[in-house]
This record gives sequence, structure tokens and C-alpha cells, in this order.
Amino acid sequence: MQKKSLTQEELSRRWENIRRNWYKFSRNPLSITGLVMICIILFFTIFAPFVSPYPESAGKFINFYEASQPPSLNHLCGTDAFGRDILTRIFFGCRYSLIMGVTVLLLIVPVGVVLGLIAGYHKGSWLEIVIMRTTDIFIAVPPLILALAVCSVLTPSIFNAMLAISIAWWPWYTRLVYGIVSSLKEEFFVKSAEVTGASKIHILFREILLNCISPILTKMSLDMGWIILIGSSLSFVGLGAQPPTPDLGSMVADGSKYLPDQWWISVFPAFAIMLIVLSFNLFGDGIRDTLGVERG
Amino acid sequence: MTNNILFVDHLEKYFFTYQGIVKAVDGISFFIKEGETFGLVGESGSGKSTVAYTVVGMYRPTKGKIIYKGDKDISQDSRERPLAIKKEIQIVYQDPGTSLNPSMTIKDILELPLKVHNISKNHEDRIKKVKELLEMVQLPVSYTYKYPSMIGGGEKQMVAIARALATNPSFVLLDEPTSALDVSVQAKLINMLIQFQKKFKLSYLFITHDLSLMRNVASRVAIMYLGKLCEIAPSSEFFKNPLHPYTQMLLSSIPVISDEEEALKPKKIISKGEIPSPVNIPPGCSFHFRCHKKMDICSCEDPIITEVNEGHTVRCHLYTK
Amino acid sequence: MTKPLLEIKNLHVWFKVFGGILRVLDGVNFTVMSEEKVGLVGETGCGKTTTMKAIMRLLSMPPAIIPKGEILFKGKDILRMNRAELQQIRKEKISMIFQDPTAALNPVFTIGTQIQDAVRFSGKSGRKMKKDEIKARAMQVLKEVSLPDQERVLHNYPIQLSGGMRQRVCISMALVSASELIIGDEPETSLDVTIKDQILRLLKELVEKHNTSIILISHALGTVKNMTDKVYVMYAGTMVELAKTKDLFAHPLHPYSKGLLAAIPRLTGGGIGEGIDGHIPEYINPPKGCRFHPRCKQVMPMCKDKKPPLFKVSEKHEVACFLFQNFGGDCIDK
Repeated sequence: MQKKSLTQEELSRRWENIRRNWYKFSRNPLSITGLVMICIILFFTIFAPFVSPYPESAGKFINFYEASQPPSLNHLCGTDAFGRDILTRIFFGCRYSLIMGVTVLLLIVPVGVVLGLIAGYHKGSWLEIVIMRTTDIFIAVPPLILALAVCSVLTPSIFNAMLAISIAWWPWYTRLVYGIVSSLKEEFFVKSAEVTGASKIHILFREILLNCISPILTKMSLDMGWIILIGSSLSFVGLGAQPPTPDLGSMVADGSKYLPDQWWISVFPAFAIMLIVLSFNLFGDGIRDTLGVERG
Repeated sequence: MTNNILFVDHLEKYFFTYQGIVKAVDGISFFIKEGETFGLVGESGSGKSTVAYTVVGMYRPTKGKIIYKGDKDISQDSRERPLAIKKEIQIVYQDPGTSLNPSMTIKDILELPLKVHNISKNHEDRIKKVKELLEMVQLPVSYTYKYPSMIGGGEKQMVAIARALATNPSFVLLDEPTSALDVSVQAKLINMLIQFQKKFKLSYLFITHDLSLMRNVASRVAIMYLGKLCEIAPSSEFFKNPLHPYTQMLLSSIPVISDEEEALKPKKIISKGEIPSPVNIPPGCSFHFRCHKKMDICSCEDPIITEVNEGHTVRCHLYTK
Repeated sequence: MTKPLLEIKNLHVWFKVFGGILRVLDGVNFTVMSEEKVGLVGETGCGKTTTMKAIMRLLSMPPAIIPKGEILFKGKDILRMNRAELQQIRKEKISMIFQDPTAALNPVFTIGTQIQDAVRFSGKSGRKMKKDEIKARAMQVLKEVSLPDQERVLHNYPIQLSGGMRQRVCISMALVSASELIIGDEPETSLDVTIKDQILRLLKELVEKHNTSIILISHALGTVKNMTDKVYVMYAGTMVELAKTKDLFAHPLHPYSKGLLAAIPRLTGGGIGEGIDGHIPEYINPPKGCRFHPRCKQVMPMCKDKKPPLFKVSEKHEVACFLFQNFGGDCIDK
């Protein structure tokens, strides 16, 4: 009986915390805009098969009667050279973009953060040197170039593109966490835990990590945009999703052949990329303003 | 005959920086009797906090020994100390804002020492003990799930005290526990600390720069300047008959509010100069640049500690025979 | 009856936050005459910094709201001044010395640059001065605050100076741009004991020499004792007592002032006083009536409903407490 009532108290505290954060977040209209845009994108992405006007266009489909049609009431974004509806392909393409963003983050955040924690806490030891110099090596190469290099070695596919981006992107999290941990470990609450005899695991994952969550979350929101952009760049050069999979980057690439006459084939997918990146950026800024300020 | 709970023998703690060697603690020795409150006074740069941090294990001594309860040598880092020692020696830090983890609830903060030292058998027992601790420091039980940022400075410090007492220690270091607090909260906290000392038979090393507070809390007082001890004396002796010029200077500049206190202070000594940088300690007696009773010998030779009265020792050429 | 230099009348300041509205200042009255040294004492959270920020109009207007009240400087309401008039006041008449000199000085500029900027922006005369005149003024003002080796200090960065020296620099900058009033927000708090003493004495000398008024804010009663002519005691956004400094220390009247004085540890020994039970109220839902009544040992039924005005107990000694309502004379009402 005791345990239940405790959890209730704890839950109500957490709920209040969430409401307080929401209040702060909602002060900024741009953050709300970002959030609304993400919700709209998510809606169309998740329900793509049901809301898109021509779901067949997402796969192998040819209809030369409707090919290369400019935007009209039938096809809001026009059709491409194969007669596929571009708006539908954008909805399905967004799926791949978002999945890519989420998967890459799920891969790199745990690895990067743990390495950063270890390196930051053991500052001055060989462990730190090994981890941080490795990180430096990876960071020295521009992410897109590194991703391209990895991709070109492996067979082109979405999964390999995700792998490549992960290899290029993980060190940023290590560096972020390393910076925070190096200063946090001198704080008195950490010293107090050490002096009491807490284990290293506790100190790293309860005392220190909890204080890193805000910058990590902020970075994750802002990174979604970047990762999607790099993924699209990889597809643009043919190293990501392969045809006929609808992918925003490859759609832009395919359409570039037909510029400027059939401009809609490139422009609308590019616009979609821009909107996704913008919405995550606005949302990420909002997260940073909300959580960042609280740590003070 | 009470035993000494702590004996510090020629303790040195040097920090090696690229600007030079900072001799934060430069050869100090003192002892603390069981059950007493030993006061350590000094301005910034005196090394008093470093002494506390070294005793509690945050730093490893560069040289010298720290002996606990007569026979246990604890001159090591806390990583090398046995868990049993860590249970018995606890510390309360100066700034409650940074000594409590802002991302953990009060329950988590107070639970940690209980978990580490296996003080309670299971989760329910621990929650019960946490609530008992909160009651002990007169905080409402509803604070259990609050975050430190939601409670005031004085209340945070009470949580810090509860945390220190959670393991049932024998020796508690208090590093300026009330400096960041208002006067009315300070009074409450100090009275609580005094009660706990009697109830749990604790020994305290109490650090503060507030001499009026020290007068009412400590039984023996030691004053430090630039890493060295200047004077140690029983409390009443320290305030009625200060021997070291630095002690006299410090006592003459404290703000007091009544005329009786004003009469008790030594004659007004205008404090000259600033505390020199600890990387650049003056030769001879480190205080001679600011001393109003300076002699020639003071700029070349460092005085040795002499016992002037029973329990009253000074480090000053004026008193060396 | 000379007109006061600064007069705060019935000031209310509220803050709009997550849970509602924080009614911090609840009808604050405060007067400073020319060449007067006034102390403002109150513990953390009582609203003293908010009051001072309101005077300098440093409060961010959302979330802060000023629903009622006036701040009259030489008869003109600061809260309603336009930008030009406000700038003139900040440049030439009033300035502030903050608690933390390290935070108040820009770490990437030398002391010389910062003081010379202060001189240059200190009004019409400042703008007309030539480079060497400005430098000479900077040196002169550093000399006044007893900083040795002024030439070297001008070339130093704040990080190269000690805390006491930085605070002296801040005081010199305040002197440059304040001819009438200096507001010191706990200027001695972050300094060591011996340096505290030096700084406070320096401030007092300078203020007397330049015939400026000073408002000295502190949470420690000991600080204001030797520095001020009269003291205001503030609690939870209201002024609870006003008295000549000597009178306040000799005969504190308000239960809060009494509790505060009793809690101060004495050099003569004798143990620590009891402190005051309870803690400062939440401004979201402040107590009705007298804001101190939940903690007051002498609380009466009427204290819970009506807010006590300042009752005049004697010349220059006023208390906001119903225990003294029978002391005829004027009472300054809401």
C-alpha cells in the first residue's frame, strides 16, 4: 500500500514538472510553430497510405498518360517522368527521412554519451586520451565526406546510409558530454557522493548523467534536421535509398535533370526537406530555451 | 580523559599549477577531542577549506598524517579509504545550492548514503528512514519528492545536514555551513547542530569566517593565514586575549552591534593591504607585510609554534623565547 | 521641510509566472533626503533588490508588472519618464554598486577602458572631454578609492585584481556617474572580513566627501550600524519598521526586527538566539493582513485581516504593527 501512494506523489510531481516546462515552452510562438509543423508532418507520414491521393505512386508504378504533369487540382505537386504523384511520394519519402533520423539517433546517442561520460570523468587518464583522440580523428573529417566515404565502400542502401551517418555523427555527442562532465565532476554534489562512498556507476549514471539530459535532448532535436539533410544528400548522389523507393533526396536528384522546365519534380521534394529541417530546428530551439534556462 | 577523535600531524597539501606551486596547506598540526567543536577561522586563501577537504578525503595529502580515533591512519584519498571510515566522517558544504544535485529529488539525495552503507533493509524501510531524517531537521515530510530548486537556501542546508547525519557518523566537518544563509535561518540551524551534537555525541570541525558566530559555537579556536596556523586557543581565551597580530586585526574589524561587544574588541587596527596570492607567499613570516607589530626578524625567518599558556599556542616572533 | 531626494510611494510590483502572479512588493514607502545615508535591511527574498531594480528601471517589464505606485526623484516620477530623461538620470544622478564586482565588470575590457567609458558617458561634460582629460579623471577617481599604482591598474583586466580591488573599481565608476544618489546592493557581501570593513569605510568617506546620498542594502544588520543615519527594515515586500539607526539597535519595536536582532551571534558569547520560526511566505498566495503574522509570537486577531499601516511611535521611528496602533500621531496609510 505504501509503495502505491509514493508513486502517486512522485507522479503528480513529475506531471507538475511537465506542465511547468510546457508553460515555458509555449511562451515562444516559434517553438509552438515548430511543434505544430512536426505534428503535421508526423500525421501525414504515419498515415501516408491512407491520406495520400495516389498510394500506388509510392512503389513500382508507371502511367505515361499522367507523366510530367505540372501541379494541378488532381496532382497538387504535379507528377514525375513516370507519372507518379509527387505529393504521395513526398509523404512516403518523409517516412524514410524520419526513420533515418530516429534510427541514427538511437544508435549514436547511447554510444556517444557513454563514451563521453567515461572520458570526462577520467580526465587525465589514458582512458580519456584514447577516447578523446579517437573522437578528434572522427570529428576532423567533415560528416558528409565521411558518410560518403563509408557509403561508397558498402553497397548503397538506406540501411548502409544510416550506418554511414552514424559513424560520422557519434563523436559530437561524446564531445558534448565530455565537456559537460569535465566541469560537473568538480561540483560539490558529485564530491559529496564520492566521499560517502557511492559506486562509480551511480556517480556517472545518476549524479552526472541526469544533469546532462537537457543539452543532449536539445542536440537531438536539432540533429534530426541535420541527419535528414545528410541522408538526403547521400540519396542525391545515389548512395542512399535505391529506386523505386521514394526518398526525398533522390527525388530531388531525379528531378534536377528536368530543371527548369519541369521544376516541380525537384522543387517540391526540396521544399519538403526544408520544412522538415526547419520544424525540427524551431522545436529544438524551443527545447533549448525551456530546459537550458531551468538548469540555472 | 577524553580521547582525540582526530589528530592532524604536519599536514601539507600542495597544488601544482602552471603558475607555480600553491601551498594551500603548509604544515599544520592540531588535534580534536571527542565530543568537542573545534573552530577553524581564516579568510579566503587561508587554506581552511582545503584542510577540511583533505580530512574528509577529497584530496590526498601531499605530506603529513591524519590519524582518526587514535589508531586509524586515514591520510588517503576517499577512493582508498575503507567504507567504514567513510560512514563515520561526513561533511556539510558551504553552498547548499551546489552541494545538492539539482536533478535529484530530496528522497534520492537522502537515500544515497543509506543505500551505500546498507543502513536499511529494503525500499520501504529506506523511505521511512528518509522521512524520519526530514522530521529530525524539522522539515515537512511533503518535501520528500521535491527538487532542491523548489526549497529555500536554509532548507537546502538542512537537507545537507540530514544527509550528513544519515549514516550515524562520529565526526562531522562543517565548512561554513551558514555563510550563505540569513541570520534568522542561521540561528535555527546552529541551534539544531548543537542539539544533534549532544544527542548523537558528535565531534565537529567548524569552519567559518564569522568570529561572532565562532564565539558561540566552538570550544577551541584555531586561526589560519596562507596555509599556516597562527594561533590556537580555548574559545574564551582566544577572544579575550588574542596574541597573534593577525587575530587582533581580524577581531578589530568585525562588525558588531552592541557597545559591550565593541568594548571587547581589540583596539582598532586599520587592516592594511590585501591577502597576497598563495603562489607568491612572502618570505619569512607570511603575514609580515600587513603586520602592525613587525620586527626585522619577521621578513627573513618563519616563526615556530610556541605554547604561551595552557592550550594556547602562537606562531609569532613576539612570543618565541 | 525640505523635499526628499527620492521618494517611493505605495509601490506594488508583481511578477507573472507559471503558477499565477507573485505579489512581491505590497505598498512600499521609502524616502531618502539629500545627503542622507539610508540603510535597507531585509533577509533573502524580502524584495529589497526588486525595489532597487524598480528605481533604476532595470526590471524586465514582462514578467514584472507595476500596477500601482510612484517613484519620485526630485519630484518627477521615474516610472513615467521617457527614455531621454531616464538616460540622464542614469548617467548623471543615480548609480548602483552591485553585490558581485566580478560579474559587474566586463572581463574582456581593461579597467582603464571601463572607467573611461563611464567618464565619457557621464553626461554632457563627459562627452566634451578630450582623451587626456578623460584619462586624468580616471586616474583621479582611482586615487580617491585608494587604489595604489593607478597607472598599472588602468591597464589591468578585472581578473588580475583581487575582489576588494574590483569592488573599489566599481565604486569609482559609480562615483563618476552619480552626483546625487548611490545605491549599494550588498556591496560588501562577497568580500573577506577585513576587506569588508575597508570597503564600507571607504564608501562612507566618499559619500560624505561628495555630499551624495546613499542607500545601503544589506541582509546583515551589523553592516548598516556604523554606516547609516536611518534604517528601513523590510519583510516580504513591506516596510515593517523605520528608525534612526541608533534607535533601531537600541529599541527595536517590530517583532520581526526584534527577532532579527536577537538572532545575531554576539561576540560576548552567551549562545545563539532562537531565530524566527517559519519561513518567508510564498508570494503567490501571501498571507492576508500583516504578512508577518504567521510567524509572529505576538499575533492578534486583527493582524490576520488588516494590513497594518506605519504607525508613528516617535519622531523618525515608525512601525507597521498593530501592537503600536494606540500611539496617536500621524499614521501613513495605504
